[in-house]
Amino acid sequence: MYTVVKVGRLADRVHELVVRAPHVARNARAGQFLILRVDQDGERIPLTISRVDRDLVRVIFMTVGATTYRLAEVREGEMIQDVIGPLGQPSEIPRGATCVVVGGGVGIASCPIIARALKDAGNRVIGIIGARNADLLILQDEMREVCDDLHITTDDGSLGRHGYAADVLKDLIEEERVDYVWVIGPAIMMKVTSEVTRSKGIRTYVSLNPIMVDGTGMCGSCRVVVNGETRFACVDGPEFDAHVVDFDRLMQRQRFYLEEERVALEHHHARRCGCQPGGHHG
Amino acid sequence: MAERSPGERILDFQEVDTGLTADEARAEAERCIQCKKPACVTGCPVGVDIPRFVSAIAEGRFEDARSTILEANLLPSICGRVCPQESQCEGACILGRKERAINIGALERFAADLEVGEAKEPVPRTRTSGRRVAVVGSGPAGLTAAAELARRGHSVVLFESLHEPGGVLVYGIPAFRLPRAVVHREIERVLSLGVELHTNMLVGRSLSVAELLAFDAVFIATGAGLPAFMGIPGEETNGVYSANEFLTRVNLMHADRFPETGTPIRRGSRVVVTGGGNVAMDAARVARRLGARVSLVYRRREEDLPARRDEVRHAREEGIEFITCAVPVRILGEPSVTGVECVRLEMCDPDESGRPTPRVLEGSYFVIDADTVIQAIGTSPNPLLVGLLHGAEVGRKGNLVTDDAGRTSIPRVYAGGDITTGSATVILAMGAGKRAAAAIDADLMRTPVP
Ligand SMILES: Cc1cc2nc3c(=O)[nH]c(=O)nc-3n(C[C@H](O)[C@H](O)[C@H](O)COP(=O)(O)OP(=O)(O)OC[C@H]3O[C@@H](n4cnc5c(N)ncnc54)[C@H](O)[C@@H]3O)c2cc1C
Ligand SMILES: Cc1cc2nc3c(=O)[nH]c(=O)nc-3n(C[C@H](O)[C@H](O)[C@H](O)COP(=O)(O)OP(=O)(O)OC[C@H]3O[C@@H](n4cnc5c(N)ncnc54)[C@H](O)[C@@H]3O)c2cc1C
Ligand code: SF4
Ligand code: SF4
Ligand code: FES
Repeated sequence: MYTVVKVGRLADRVHELVVRAPHVARNARAGQFLILRVDQDGERIPLTISRVDRDLVRVIFMTVGATTYRLAEVREGEMIQDVIGPLGQPSEIPRGATCVVVGGGVGIASCPIIARALKDAGNRVIGIIGARNADLLILQDEMREVCDDLHITTDDGSLGRHGYAADVLKDLIEEERVDYVWVIGPAIMMKVTSEVTRSKGIRTYVSLNPIMVDGTGMCGSCRVVVNGETRFACVDGPEFDAHVVDFDRLMQRQRFYLEEERVALEHHHARRCGCQPGGHHG
Repeated sequence: MAERSPGERILDFQEVDTGLTADEARAEAERCIQCKKPACVTGCPVGVDIPRFVSAIAEGRFEDARSTILEANLLPSICGRVCPQESQCEGACILGRKERAINIGALERFAADLEVGEAKEPVPRTRTSGRRVAVVGSGPAGLTAAAELARRGHSVVLFESLHEPGGVLVYGIPAFRLPRAVVHREIERVLSLGVELHTNMLVGRSLSVAELLAFDAVFIATGAGLPAFMGIPGEETNGVYSANEFLTRVNLMHADRFPETGTPIRRGSRVVVTGGGNVAMDAARVARRLGARVSLVYRRREEDLPARRDEVRHAREEGIEFITCAVPVRILGEPSVTGVECVRLEMCDPDESGRPTPRVLEGSYFVIDADTVIQAIGTSPNPLLVGLLHGAEVGRKGNLVTDDAGRTSIPRVYAGGDITTGSATVILAMGAGKRAAAAIDADLMRTPVP
C-alpha cells in the first residue's frame, strides 16, 4: 500500500496526485512511467511520471474512464493498492542541442520532466504547450521556469496563440535550427504534429500510450507497429521515432475496449451515487 | 480421481479434479510394489522419495507422507496438480509397463492438501549466515531457491515485479487447474521460512543492476517474457490476444468478474486458439468458461499435442473443437476480427525431434468464423534484466547460459527456470532453483563473511 500525500485539481477533469513510492522515485528518469492500482480489484493503469521529489512521485491524469474517475476520488492521506515503476526506457537526452518539447492537453504532464532533463544536459529548450482553452492548460508555470522559451496555444484563442501547437512548431523550425523534438499528447495530436518535422528530417520522438496490462514485457498487449515491425511500448518504448510510427493502428487498438469501458464507467457511477455505504456523491 | 461434470464446470472457475478421498488414496497407494530401485524417483526432477511417501499413505500415516514429500518439494500441492506426470514420475513407474502406473500426482496432492498442525511445517533455521541473497522473480524457480537458501540460514530478499507473487502459477495457470488458495498456502510456507518479499519491484528498473549486485549473491528467475506472434497478416487487429495477455487478464486481474473488477476482456462468442501446449489448452478452456465456442488449431497431429494428457482430455470434454494438421495464415476483419483463414498441412519426414515436419497442402485453405483469436505459440525468455546484465553469456534465444549448478558467466550471479531453458515446466524450474541454491550456499560458505 502506498500513501497519497497530495491531490489536486489542475483543470477540468485533470488531476494531480503525489504518492510516496521510494522504489519508483529512486531510479526514475524523464520519459518513464509507472503503473498503479487503486484498490484490490482495480485495473493496472499506466501514467507518466511527471515529477520526482525525494521519495515522492507525481502523476497527472485526466478522468476518462472508471479507473481514472476512481483515482480522482482518492483523498490526501489515503492509500492506493499498488505502484510499480519506473517502467519503460528513459528519454534519450542529447547534449548541447536545440530541443523543442511539445505538449498537448494532458500530455503536457510529461513535458516539464523531459524539459528539465534536457536543460540539465546543456540543451537549449523551447516549450510549446497547447490545450483546447485557457482553463485546460496545465503546468504553465513549471514549463516557464525550465524552458528558455515557452509558447502557448489554445484552440479557441482564449490564451496565447489561437490555433494548434503544430502551427507554432511549423513556424519555429523555419525560423531557427532545431535538432530534436518531443511531441506528447493524444495520438491524433502526435500524428499531426510530428508530420511538421518530417520533411526537415528533424529527429522527433513521441510517447505512445497503447493499452497495457503488466507493463514489464510479458503480455504483448502494448504492441505497436513501428517501422513496419511489432514493438512493445512498455519495454521498447514508450518513446519512439515519430516518423515511423503507425498512428492509425495505435488509435484503432486504443478503441478495443470502448464498449467495456462504457460499462465500467456506468458501473462506477452507479456504485458511487447510489448512497450506498462507502459511496460518495460527486 | 473424481471430476466435476463438463456441463457444470464450464460455468465457473472451480477446480475440475476434486481429488482422492482417504480410502481411494490408500487403495491406490497399496498397488505400489515398493521397488528396491524405484524408477519413479529417477523421473522426478526434484527426487521426491516416492515409495516412502506412497507406503506412508498405504498405511494411513498421512502426516508422514506429507513431511516426506516436503523434504524434497516445498510446493507439492502445486506439483501434484500440474506436473506432467505421464512424462516424469508416473511415466517411469514400473507398473505402467504392464497395467496402470501409480497415480503419483494424485497421491502427492492428496497428502499435501491435508490440513495438519503447524508443527509439521518445515521450520526456519535459526542460524544466520550473515549473507544476503537476492532472488529475482517469484515463480516456482525463485520460490524454491528462496526457500532453500532461507533454510540454509541466509537472509533472502525476493523481488517480484507484479503485484502478487507466484509467476505463471498466478497469472498463467487458471484456477480451475490450480486453485488460488492452494498457491497462496504454498507461497506462505516459503515466506514463513523468513524470506522477505518485495512486490511491485521490477529489478533493472526499480532496483538498478548495481544495487542488485551489491547482494552477496543473486539468483535470477525472471521466467518467460514476450509472447511470440506468428507474423501473419492481421495480427494487430482488435480481438487478437497473446495467451499471456488473455490469461493474465483473467487469472491475475480477474476480468471474468468485470465490471465488479476493473480489468475488461473480450468475451468472444467464437474463439480460435492457436497452439497445442498447456498454454493453449488453458486459454481455450478459459475462453470456454467466458461463454465462447472455441476451436483450437494445431499444426501437427493429435498425438503430437505437447500439453498434459489430462488437459487435452478435459478440453475435449468441455467441448473444445480440435482442428489438427492446420495452421492460420491470415486473420480477417478490420478493425475487429471476423475470422481466421487457415491451411491444412500434411505430415512429412520426421524432424530432429523425431516428429514429422508439417508441409502446406496447396489449395486447402479454409476460414473459421471468429471474433477473438488467441495465440499460444510460445514465449521468449524475459529480456529486460538479461539485457541490462553486462557480461552475461546469453544464448541464441535470449536465455541466460549457466553451468549445471546454475552459475552464469558473472561471478555471484546464478539463474534458473524458464529464463535459462525457455518455456519448460514448474518442476524443472523448481529443480533448477534447488540446485542453484545448493551452489550458492556452497560458494558463499567457501568465502569469509565480508
Ligand atoms: C505509457 C503511458 C503513459 C500514460 N500517461 C498518462 C498520463 O500521464 N496521464 C493520463 O491522463 N493518461 C496517461 N496514459 C493513459 C492512461 O493510462 C489511461 O487514460 C487510463 O488507463 C484510462 O483508464 P480508465 O479506466 O480511466 O479509462 P478506460 O475506460 O479504461 O479508457 C478510457 C480511454 O483510455 C484508454 N485506455 C484504457 N486503458 C488503458 C491503458 N491500460 N493504457 C492506456 N490507455 C488506456 C482507452 O483507449 C480509452 O480511450 C498513459 C498511457 C500509457 C500507456
Ligand atoms: C498458461 C501456462 C500453463 C502452464 N502449465 C503448466 C503445467 O501444467 N505444468 C507445468 O509443469 N508447467 C506449466 N507451465 C510452464 C511453467 O509454468 C513454467 O515453466 C514455470 O512457471 C517457470 O517458472 P519460473 O520460476 O522460471 O518463471 P515464472 O513462473 O515465469 O516466474 C517468473 C517471475 O519473475 C517475475 N519477473 C520477471 N522479470 C522480473 C524483474 N526484472 N524483476 C522482478 N521480477 C521479475 C515475473 O513477474 C514472474 O512472476 C505453464 C505455463 C503457462 C504460461
Ligand atoms: S514433484 Fe512432480 S514429478 Fe516429482 S513426484 Fe511429484 S508429481 Fe511427480
Ligand atoms: S516405480 Fe511405481 S511401483 Fe515402483 S516404487 Fe515407484 S511408484 Fe511404486
Ligand atoms: S504491457 Fe504487457 S507487454 Fe507491454
